[in-house]
Order: sequence, then structure tokens, then C-alpha cells
Amino acid sequence: MTEKAADRKPLLSKKIDKFFTGLADAWNFVLRFFKVAFVPPYEFKEVVHQCYRIGVESLPLISLTGFIVGIVFTNQSRPSLSEFGATSWLPSLISIAVVRAMGPLVTALIAAGKVGSSIGAEIGSMKVTEQIDAMEVSATNPFNFLVVTRVIATTLMIPLLVMYTDFVALMGSFLSVSANEKVSMLTFFVQVFESISFLDIISSVLKSILFGFTIGIVGCYKGYNSTKGTEGVGRAANAAVVMAMFLIFIEELLVLQIVNAIRAF
Amino acid sequence: MEEKVVEIRGLEKSFGDLDVLKGVDLDLFKGENLVVLGKSGSGKSVLIKIMVGLLKQDEGTMNVLGKEVSTLKTKELNDLRLRIGFSFQNSALYDSMTVRENMEFPLVRNVKNLTKKEITMKIESLLDSVGLPQAINQMPSELSGGQKKRIGVARTLILEPEIMLYDEPTAGLDPITCGEINKLIVQVREEYNTSSITITHDLTCAKDTGDRMAVLLDGQFDAVGTFDEVFPKADDPRIKSFYDYNFINS
Repeated sequence: MTEKAADRKPLLSKKIDKFFTGLADAWNFVLRFFKVAFVPPYEFKEVVHQCYRIGVESLPLISLTGFIVGIVFTNQSRPSLSEFGATSWLPSLISIAVVRAMGPLVTALIAAGKVGSSIGAEIGSMKVTEQIDAMEVSATNPFNFLVVTRVIATTLMIPLLVMYTDFVALMGSFLSVSANEKVSMLTFFVQVFESISFLDIISSVLKSILFGFTIGIVGCYKGYNSTKGTEGVGRAANAAVVMAMFLIFIEELLVLQIVNAIRAF
Repeated sequence: MEEKVVEIRGLEKSFGDLDVLKGVDLDLFKGENLVVLGKSGSGKSVLIKIMVGLLKQDEGTMNVLGKEVSTLKTKELNDLRLRIGFSFQNSALYDSMTVRENMEFPLVRNVKNLTKKEITMKIESLLDSVGLPQAINQMPSELSGGQKKRIGVARTLILEPEIMLYDEPTAGLDPITCGEINKLIVQVREEYNTSSITITHDLTCAKDTGDRMAVLLDGQFDAVGTFDEVFPKADDPRIKSFYDYNFINS
């Protein structure tokens, strides 16, 4: 007779047991993604559809946020720089801040809220309404169709959105700078590109890929494992956002340490 | 001797402390419609979910079309699933897809080298047979409960299964639509030569569609036989109350 789950005593306390079981589940989910993603059949059509939803449909929000970030950051930095008569350094300061940290971080946090919650809720609701079971019993692979496509789409689209946010934020910054100082767009952008290095751009892109993967996989994991009906769907959406944001900050910190180490080397 | 398509022996399944199935034995013969009745939460749906490998039993054997489900690898399980159609209680239509896309979904992923024309013809002919040819471009949210059930059945039939499993086909429907769904179940068996298991607690559905009834009580099949053998003269008060409630005899 097999041992029933209820008869099994927890190894440590129940909470610690649950934490490590959850961690192992999440790790297996990530491994499963890599196992399935590179094996046919490939769902190209669904990847393109998800890229459109994640990328194109996020553009209005990203544009507005990026633009405002550029203006606000420039306006906030001006007084401090003007105390030292260094307002001409504004383009350099803004470009370094936007490309290295603010662009990727702002985009990833907005995407975690918009895209992560939508993935969590959509897959969660499919789970509780047995749509995922329906895919499974019709001999198709729901993991491939739902998870792999969405994670690939976020991993591809977040870096593109980050580049777009960088551009829009710099445009916002230029607008603010040109309103106060006599600077042409050419001069502004020459100064912008002189200040950022190849390492800044590479680290920004790699970081964005990592953020995109995190948003996709966390949203899918939370949705795929949602239970308890509609309440569970709400929880999945919420947990997808909270967990993704938390991981994005941790990753930002880790990447910063690595890039600084490379810079020092 | 009649050919068995499903053979269940000593099947046990628990969820935590709750023992749902306690040593269930059951056979489904080729071409018959077996109706499994029981109270809500009695494990009826669990039984058919084990049949398609959505759940795994704790003990016992579940032999479907000559294969022990619990021992199958993913590929073999998928091959078996192609031969079984599963109609879900809430239809489980993919709500982000149109009816056409819902029906295409299993077809294009399991049957290779079909032209667009062949796919459309197949979808249209199935929608015709469930009486909803006009629904082809509609979204599931635009359909009524009965229409969703019909489309759900059509979607499972697109892979031409040998066994149909209906999970509460008439739940939440008005009596007229229930009657239409019951007719559809009978029609599917006649047109597509399927064997089927219908899970329900609706005795009208059971009477209209079933060749044999099996009543699941306290984790085991208490009574198995034709409707007249099981219900009208039942001695077991639990089965009697089931009959009295459904036919308002008491």
C-alpha cells in the first residue's frame, strides 16, 4: 500500500517544508521550460501573437511612463547640478542613469504589473475552468502552448521595450533640457552616446532578457499552479506581480555587482 | 463474449485524509453507454480523470483499450488519449479562441498533412451534426450553456475517439436543453460507434442515454445493472432517495 500524503510527517516544520517544496516545484517548472522549449512542435504562431500582446499593447503605457521619467529625472537633477555650474552634464547624467538602471528597471516593473498579472490571471483562469486539462486530454501539450510561448515572448519583447523606453526617456529629457538650455538635439544625443559604453548597453540588454524571462516564467508558474477557483485566480495574478518585482530587484542588484566587478577589472 | 474496452479492478484514490474511491471494480463493454451515478463529491469525475491520466490512482488497475493507464509513458498516454474523447462539465472551451479555433486546436496538432479545406470541411460537418453550423466564428462567451456543451462534444469528436467520457453533461441546463444533450449523446454513439461513460446525477439523463447504470456510493459501486434493475425497486435507501428525488415520487 502506498503511503498517503496525509500520513507523511513533515521533515522540519510544516512552513519550512512547504517553502522548500515550493522552491523545488518552481525549479522543476523552470527546468521543464528548458526541456520543452527546444523540442518540436514549435508554436510559432502563438509566439508571434503573444509578442504582439506583450510588446505592441504595452507601448502606450511604456511611452507615457518613459517620457515622464525622462522629464522628471532631468528636472530633479538640474538644481543639484546647477549649484556646481554643471548643467551641461545633464545629458551625460541622464543617459547613464536611463541606460544603466532606470530604463530596464522601470520597463520591467511596469511589465511585471501589466504583463505578469495578465499572464498569471489568464493561465490561472484556464486552470480552474479545466481548459488546461482539456488541452492535455486532447493529446496536446498545454505547457508548450501556454508557458513556452509566453516566456519566449516576454524574453524577446522586454529588451525591445527597454530600448524603446530608453529612447523615449531621453527624448523627454531632451525636451526638458532644451526648454531651459540652448541645446540642439544633435548636441544632446552626441553627449548621450559619448557617456555610455558598450558594456552599459550589453549589460542593459542582458539584464532586460533576464527580467523578461523572470516576468514570463513567474506569471506562468503562478497561473499554472493556481487553485481554489476565482479567488485562486486573483491570488495567482497578485503573486505573479509581487514575486516578479521582488526577483527583478534582486537580479538588478546581482547584475550591478557583476558589471561593477567587470568594470573594475 | 462482449469485448471490454475499459476494465477497472480494485481502484483506490484518496485526497489527503479523504478516501474517495475504495476498491472500485467496473467494466465498459464495446458499444455500450454506461452511466455512473452518485452524489456530488462521490468520486465519479475522479474515476474518469484517472481513465485519461489526469489523475493517478493510489492502488488498483485501470485498463483502457488494452493498456494500463498508470504505467504509460507520455507518448503512449497521448496515443491513448487520441482514442478517448472527454467532454468536460463546464465544456472547457478555450475562451480566447473562436469555435473554429477551438476545434482546430486538437486537430492540427495531432493529424498532420491536412489542407485548410479539409480542416474546414471536417469542422463544418461536425458543427452540422451537433446542430450549430452558424456558431463557427463565434467566441465561447457568445454561446449559451447548452451550445457550449454541444461545441465541447464536437471538439472531442474531431479526433474520432473510440470512447466518449461525458462529465455531468446536463449540469446547469434547463430541462429542454437537457433533453437535447441526451439526444446528442445517443446520436454520437450511433453515428460514431463509440462506447461511452456518462457521469451524472440526473436520472432522466441516465434513463435516456444509458444501457447500464452503476451507482457509486461511499467509494464503491453499490448497484450495477439496467435502469429498471437498479432504480424503481431499489431496497437501499440511498439509491431509493436518489430515485424518489429525481422522479418526484415520494
